[in-house]
Amino acid sequence: MPIQYYIFLAAILFSIGVIGVLIRRNAIIVFMCIELMLNAVNLLMVAFSKMHYAAALTDDAKTAVGTDAQLFVFFIMVVAAAEVSVGLAIIVMMYRNVHSVDINFLNRLKN
Amino acid sequence: MNIAYLIPLFPLLGFLLNGLFRNQLSKGMSGIIGSGAVLISFILSIIIFIHIKDTSTVVEPLFTFLHTTAFDIDFVFKTDALNALFLLNITGIGFLIHLYSTSYMHEEAAPHFARYFAYLNLFVFSMLLLVMGGNFVVMFMGWEGVGLCSYLLIGYWFHNDNYNYAARKAFVMNRIGDLGFLLAIFWMLQKTGSTDYDTVFAHLKDLSTTDITGITMLLFVGAMGKSAQIPLYTWLPDAMAGPTPVSALIHAATMVTAGVYMIARSHALFSMSEITMNVIAVVGLATAVLSATIALYQNDIKKVLAYSTVSQLGFMFLALGVGAYTTGVFHVMTHAFFKALLFLGAGSVIHAMGGEQDIMKMGGLRKKIPITYFTFLAGVLAIAGFPFTSGFISKDEILLAVYEHSPLMFWIASATAVLTVIYMFRLLVLVFFGNFRGAHEQAHHVHESPTPMTLPLIVLALLSIFGGLIQLPHAFGGHDYLNEFLSSAGIPAIKHDSVSATTKEYYLLIGTSIGLALVWFMIVKAFTKDGISGVYTGFKKVLAEKWYIDELYDLIFAKPILAIGTFFKNIIEKSGIDGIVNGIGSLVQYTSRKLRLLQSGKTGSYILMMVVSLCILFMLFWNQTIIVSFFNKIF
Repeated sequence: MPIQYYIFLAAILFSIGVIGVLIRRNAIIVFMCIELMLNAVNLLMVAFSKMHYAAALTDDAKTAVGTDAQLFVFFIMVVAAAEVSVGLAIIVMMYRNVHSVDINFLNRLKN
Repeated sequence: MNIAYLIPLFPLLGFLLNGLFRNQLSKGMSGIIGSGAVLISFILSIIIFIHIKDTSTVVEPLFTFLHTTAFDIDFVFKTDALNALFLLNITGIGFLIHLYSTSYMHEEAAPHFARYFAYLNLFVFSMLLLVMGGNFVVMFMGWEGVGLCSYLLIGYWFHNDNYNYAARKAFVMNRIGDLGFLLAIFWMLQKTGSTDYDTVFAHLKDLSTTDITGITMLLFVGAMGKSAQIPLYTWLPDAMAGPTPVSALIHAATMVTAGVYMIARSHALFSMSEITMNVIAVVGLATAVLSATIALYQNDIKKVLAYSTVSQLGFMFLALGVGAYTTGVFHVMTHAFFKALLFLGAGSVIHAMGGEQDIMKMGGLRKKIPITYFTFLAGVLAIAGFPFTSGFISKDEILLAVYEHSPLMFWIASATAVLTVIYMFRLLVLVFFGNFRGAHEQAHHVHESPTPMTLPLIVLALLSIFGGLIQLPHAFGGHDYLNEFLSSAGIPAIKHDSVSATTKEYYLLIGTSIGLALVWFMIVKAFTKDGISGVYTGFKKVLAEKWYIDELYDLIFAKPILAIGTFFKNIIEKSGIDGIVNGIGSLVQYTSRKLRLLQSGKTGSYILMMVVSLCILFMLFWNQTIIVSFFNKIF
């Protein structure tokens, strides 16, 4: 499958994520959108990794070119999981305190 | 015998002592230090004067003042017949005036008294530097020094604003002249590589006509400023704001003759430029005429003398301009005698009158202050040219020299000499004859001055009467000793054809005698009657108002410069400079006020801005190269 499809898909996913962060006020949705952006990047990395690996494989059967990107994806997933746990905990605490998950509701710290 | 350097040293020491310890010294001490320093210089000057016949010229380099690869300027003293004469004049009359000042200035508080003598000694030091300098740079140092001292002494009573203005005016006028002098020094340094008199004059044949004319004209501009010639003369009458002995010493006897000295000293240079010589003669004559007419209607005793000084300086420059250098120097000498005498006499009159300077409020003082009267009379007769007084001999010599140059100038100069007689007799009659016109209590106050004041008057009166005899014309059995003396310094004298000169001398003698008698009777008749108001109308008012020259200068120079200054202050400074500075400030304030709105505190808008600006950055910086090639590669 041509790499363009992956790029377009990742771009679309990333844009959805950005737009979601920008326009939604529900903290959980915003959170999900951040995850979406992370995963768009993951997808892109895996796609490029595969592309470079396939290209290098024709020259050298034992090559490892491009595979490190796939390792990075695992790291990102792990960090994302940790982040989710922390983030969700914050959201839960936020709901318990103010009975709302609206992100604009908590801006009163600024004064 | 190298004692020349001691002559300026003592006044310098006197200046330092009086200046540094003015709060500690008593009046008596500072008077002794001030006068004593000049007295020692006077004695040394006499020694130099006696020895100068044998040695003719002594050059005494002290140290290198300026050292460059292109030229060296030494701090060098040179004594010859010309400056030996000036040394005698400066230190001799200087001493008499110091002596006079000890009494005249006695009402000042001790620190100010010492300050006065410090300035006066500094002046004598600078003046000695001026005449003793062996090159133009040392002369210029003295030249600046005397200008400074003149400024300090005119503004001596600095609590009076008008006096400060007068001092400032003198300083500014002098600076204009000094600039000319300085440019002349640069010019000759450029062309001859030296400022030494001897070296410069030895290089004269290498100079083009333009160079010589330019240098001499610029030097003359310097002389104009210092010696109060048209157009830079207006400071001298105002300089009368200073104490009267200062007027006598600086603004009559010595400093104002510096220009004459300078031209006589550089006669080799001036003789080569006919244009400059003519300019000097014409300017001198014009100054003599103009200031003599002004002096006719002045009511301030010192103003009359001041304009008379300007007029006599004009005569000196006239003499120089027609090439009679020794005659000019001779007139400097005799003028120093009688004008110092007149000023000191005026000081004595002012002292007697308790500070009154208006001659319209005097009159009949002849009986009350006899010594002042007789000495003043001697001065008046000398300046008026009473036969065989010093003024007669020197002025006749000038007139003869001018006659050989141009008969027209001779007649104008003679007419001016008649004006001199008129205004001096008017002064004499108004002050000493007729009835007393002042207030009643003043009449009781009038008293003769103490001995330290009358002694210098008597000495100067004797000099004024008999001082000219060294140059008594051959026609009257005399001999031109001064010309001979000065010729050892290489100053050329005009040689008269003896037969025609004798005839002319007799004509002049007869003319002067008749003229003096006529003027005397007219003046006595006109000014001894009662009801002299001192208020003038019509053309007399124009003369009394000094031809409105001050107002003219004000209109031509001061007002436009002030207007330009105001324009720059109000328009350029306010809207230009201040506008830019304040504009930058308010621009920053304005933009920051607008930019502050971006700081909304909403996370969403921050992220939006971040995204938008990242996109813009991508577009801007990576657009052409990286992104394009990247996309080219993958598509």
